[in-house]
Amino acid sequence: MSARLVPAARDAAGRRPDVPLRITVDGEPVAGVAGQTIAGVLLASGRRTWRSGPSGAPRGVFCGIGACFDCLVTVNGVRDVRACRRRARDGDTVATQSRGEDAR
Amino acid sequence: MSRLVVVVGAGPAGLGAAAGALRAGADVTLVDASEHPGGQYHRMLPGAFAAAHPGRLHHGWRGFERLRDHVLRHPRCDWWPESTVWSLERPGEGAPVVHVLRGEADAAGRERLVLRPDALVLAPGAHDRVLPFPGWELPGVYTAGAAQALAKGERLVVGDPVLIAGSGPFLLPVAASLIEAGATVLEVLEANPAATAARGWGRRPWELAPDAGKAGELAGYALLLARHRVPYRTGRAVIEARGDGRVEEAVTARLRPDWSVVPGTERTVPVDALCVSHGFSPQLELPVAAGCALTRTPGGAFTEVDADQRTTAPGVYAAGEITGIGGAPAARTEGLLAGWIAGGGDPRAREAAALSRRRDRARAFAARLAAAHPIGAAWPGWLREETVVCRCEETTYGSLRRAAGDQASGSARAVKLGTRAGLGPCQARVCGPTVAELLSGRVPGANPHHRPIAQPIRLGELASPPTENTPKPDRKESAR
Amino acid sequence: MTRVVVLGAGMVGAACARELALAGFAVTVVDRSGPAAGTTAHGEGNVLVSDKGPGPELELAKLSRELWPAILDGDPNAAAAEWDPKGGIVVATTAEGADALAEFAEGQRKAGVTAGEMDATALAAAEPHLTRDAAMAVHYPEDAQVQPAGAATALLAAAVRAGAGLRTGREVLGAVRRGGRITGLRTSAGTIEGDAVVNAAGPWSGEVARRLGVRLDVRPRRGEVLVTAPMPPTVFHKVYDADYVGAVGSAAEDLQASAVVEATRGGTILLGSSRRRVGFDDRIRPEVLSVIAAKALRLFPMLAEVPVIRAYGGFRPFVPDHLPVIGPDPELDGLWHATGHEGAGIGLSAGTAAVLRDLMLGREPAIDAAPFRADRPAVQSEGESL
Repeated sequence: MSARLVPAARDAAGRRPDVPLRITVDGEPVAGVAGQTIAGVLLASGRRTWRSGPSGAPRGVFCGIGACFDCLVTVNGVRDVRACRRRARDGDTVATQSRGEDAR
Repeated sequence: MSRLVVVVGAGPAGLGAAAGALRAGADVTLVDASEHPGGQYHRMLPGAFAAAHPGRLHHGWRGFERLRDHVLRHPRCDWWPESTVWSLERPGEGAPVVHVLRGEADAAGRERLVLRPDALVLAPGAHDRVLPFPGWELPGVYTAGAAQALAKGERLVVGDPVLIAGSGPFLLPVAASLIEAGATVLEVLEANPAATAARGWGRRPWELAPDAGKAGELAGYALLLARHRVPYRTGRAVIEARGDGRVEEAVTARLRPDWSVVPGTERTVPVDALCVSHGFSPQLELPVAAGCALTRTPGGAFTEVDADQRTTAPGVYAAGEITGIGGAPAARTEGLLAGWIAGGGDPRAREAAALSRRRDRARAFAARLAAAHPIGAAWPGWLREETVVCRCEETTYGSLRRAAGDQASGSARAVKLGTRAGLGPCQARVCGPTVAELLSGRVPGANPHHRPIAQPIRLGELASPPTENTPKPDRKESAR
Repeated sequence: MTRVVVLGAGMVGAACARELALAGFAVTVVDRSGPAAGTTAHGEGNVLVSDKGPGPELELAKLSRELWPAILDGDPNAAAAEWDPKGGIVVATTAEGADALAEFAEGQRKAGVTAGEMDATALAAAEPHLTRDAAMAVHYPEDAQVQPAGAATALLAAAVRAGAGLRTGREVLGAVRRGGRITGLRTSAGTIEGDAVVNAAGPWSGEVARRLGVRLDVRPRRGEVLVTAPMPPTVFHKVYDADYVGAVGSAAEDLQASAVVEATRGGTILLGSSRRRVGFDDRIRPEVLSVIAAKALRLFPMLAEVPVIRAYGGFRPFVPDHLPVIGPDPELDGLWHATGHEGAGIGLSAGTAAVLRDLMLGREPAIDAAPFRADRPAVQSEGESL
C-alpha cells in the first residue's frame, strides 16, 4: 500500500462525493480531486518523487507545510512552486524540476 | 482614527491576537499565507471537500470555530488570506512597515501591498525540527507535521504502513490522525527514555492541573494507540533510513539518555513511509527582520517578550510558538494578551491580569514539555561523513566538519559560503539550527534566522511598485 | 624577523598576510570577528578590468588580474575560491549610453585592456536571454569572478602555512607607541606587539585609524545584492549595464543603482548593485531591492518569473577620490594602510598585497604606487563624521 486519499464515502469528516480534476505531469495525464494540493494529487496517484537535488537524488514532499522547498514544481510554466502549498486546478500543466548537473 | 493592528499568522496565536486587539477597539488586518485560518493546529479542509463534520478531525474544534467566526465576521477586521509577508521594513520609529504579496501560493504576478500598522503582532508559528540521519533525504521520509497536514488538511495518508519516530508529545496526535485515516502505524518511537519524560511530566504536578485540557488531549491519543495496539516505545529512535530511490526500511536502535546509540540494539523495520519530528523550529525570520532580540534556551532560540508579550522592537508583539513551544492553548492565550496590549488595551485591566495568569500557567506547562523531551547532545553520533545535513545543497556532515575544523576558514558565514550549507531554496529553515549546533564552539556564530527576504518574491513582483493600503475607519461599512 | 600585525581578515588582509608571510615577515592577522566575515562575505567577487577607465586604478586592476591565476595555481584550497574567468559584457541600452561606452572602451583599449565590440549576433550567441534592445555591447574577456569568502580563506590558509598567526575575536582599541612609532596594539584581549601594523579593515579602517590616533577618510558605502533561486544555466558572463561605471564613479549619498547580473557555481544568479551612503545602517530597504530588480529586468526580461530567495547587504570602503589607499601612514611610523577599494577590493587585493609588500621591503613596486599614497588630501581631509 502506498499514499492514498481517504475514500469520501468512509471519511469521518463527511466529505461530499469527490469532484474529479485532471492535471498533466510532464505531459502525462494525472487524475485528482478538487481541493487537493498538487502534492496531494501527485502522492495519491502513486508518485513519490518529482524533483532531483544537485546530485540527481530524487525528492518529493518532506515538510508538507512550505518550509523545506523540497517539493518544488513548475506549474503552468512558472518555476519553483511549492507543490504542498498550491491547490491543484483542473487543467494545470505541471513539470518536474531538476537541480542535477544537466540543469546547470 | 483608531489604531491599526496588523496580525501576521492566523493560527491559534494570531486568531487570539486579532480577537484581543478587536476587543481593545483597534482595527485589525489579519494576514495569513493560507486560504483558511487555523494555522497548522486547526488546519481546515479545502472548501471543495464540503465536509459536513470537519470538527471530527480536531481537538477543540468548537472553540476554534467560535473564535474564527467572531474574528472574521467582526466589522473592524480585515481578513487577508493567501497573503505572504515577504519583508518587514524598519522605519526610524514606530512599528515596522509590512510588505505583503497577495495571491495564489508562489504564483507569478501576485499583488504587492504595503501596510503601515500602529502595532504589529507576529504569530507565524513553527515547523518540525528534524535532526539529520543517514537516508533522511529519501522520498517517503516525511516530517511528522507533513503527515499531519496532509491527513488533516486534505485527507491523504502519506503511506502504509508508517513508522513514527522522534521526540515530543506531537508524535501522538500524528499517530492518531494516521490511524483515524486508516493507515497502519507500526510503532511510535520516543527517543527519550521513560525516565526523562517522567522527570519532565512528573515534577511539580500541580502545574499540570490547569492544563488538564491539553493533558486530557494527550491521554486520549495514548488510549487510541493502545486500542489499535500500536506500541509506544521510549528510548528508541530511527537512526537510518534505507532504500533504493525511496524509503524501504528504517533502522531503529535503543538510545541512552544522551541519545547515543546502544550498539547491538539495531533493528530493521520495513516501512512504506517514515514520519519524524524531534521538536519544533520557531519561524523567526519575521521577528529577526523586525529587529526583535532573541533569547537562547536549551531548546533553541525564541523571540524575547516581556510580561505583556512586547518584543524588544518598538511596536512589535509576539505570540505563540515563536516565543516558546507551548501548544495551541498557550498560543491562543498569548495571542489574546498580545492583541489586547497591541490594540491599546490597559495592561492592568482585570481581563489582562487573568490572561497573564493563564499564559504563565501555559508557559510552565511548556517548560515541562521541553524538560520531558530534550534533544540529547550525543545525536550527531548517528551521522556519517557522507550524511546529508543541508538537504537543499546536499552538504554533508564530513564537509561541514572539515570546513569548521580549518582555523582559516573561520566565520560561520565563510563556512556557509564555502560549503553552501543553508544557501539553497529553503534558506536554512531546515538545517540552520542543526548547522549552527554542529559548528558551535568552532566558528563565530551567525544568526541562522536572518532572512531579510522572508518568503521568495519573483523579480517581476519585486520590480513593480506596491500599493499602499491605508485602511479607512469606515472601510467595512463602505464595502458592504 | 620583522613582526607585522595585519588588521582585518577579509580579502585584502588575507592577501596582504599571504604576501608578507611569503616575503619573510612574521605575520599576525587580527580580526574583530572571524575570517571573511564582513565586506568580503557580502560582495559578488568581482575581478574586473572592464569598469575602470585609464588611470592608476586600472593599472592596479591589470596587475591583480595577472597575479590571481598565479596565486591560486597549485594552492590546495584553490577550488574553494571558484576562480572563473568568465569574461564580462557591458551593455548600453540607449544611444547616448552607446556613444559613451564606445568612447570608454576605446580609452581602455589604448591602456591595454581587451575590449571587443559585439554585434547583435555575437551578443545573442554569448547571452541568449539578454534583451534584444541593447544599443551596444562590449566584451571584456579578462573579467573574472571568485567566490570571495572562499578566496579570502584560501589565501589566509596559505598565509598560515607560511607561518602567519591568526587571532580572531579581538577588537583593536588603540596603538602602543614608542618614540613616534607604533610598536603594538591594544586589543580587547590584551596587547599584541609588532614592528609594523597594516590597516586592512575595509570600511572600518577609518575608525581603526581614529583609534590608532591618525586620520584616514574611509567611509562605509552600503550595497545590496539579490540572489535568485537556483536556475538552469541562463547567464554566462558577468553582464552589466553601462550605467554601472557611472554609479561606481559617483560620490552621491543617495541611491545609485545599476544592473550587474551573473550566475554562480551553485546555480543562483546574483543581481546587483546599489550604492548608498547611510553610515553603518544595515537595514534592508525594499524600495532599494525594487530598483535593483527593475534594472536587472531591463537587461534580462525573462528573469521576471524567477524567485529571489535572499538579499544581502554589505559596506564598501569608500574614499572620496575613488582610489585605494596603499602605503605608509604620513604621521605614525610603522603604520601602513591597505584599504579604500570600495567595491573592487576582491579583485584588487592581489595587486594591493604585492604593492604593499614591495613598499614595506623598500623595493620598487610593479606599478607606480604614488597615486595610492595615504598622505594625499582626499584621505587626509577632515571628512565627515560617521
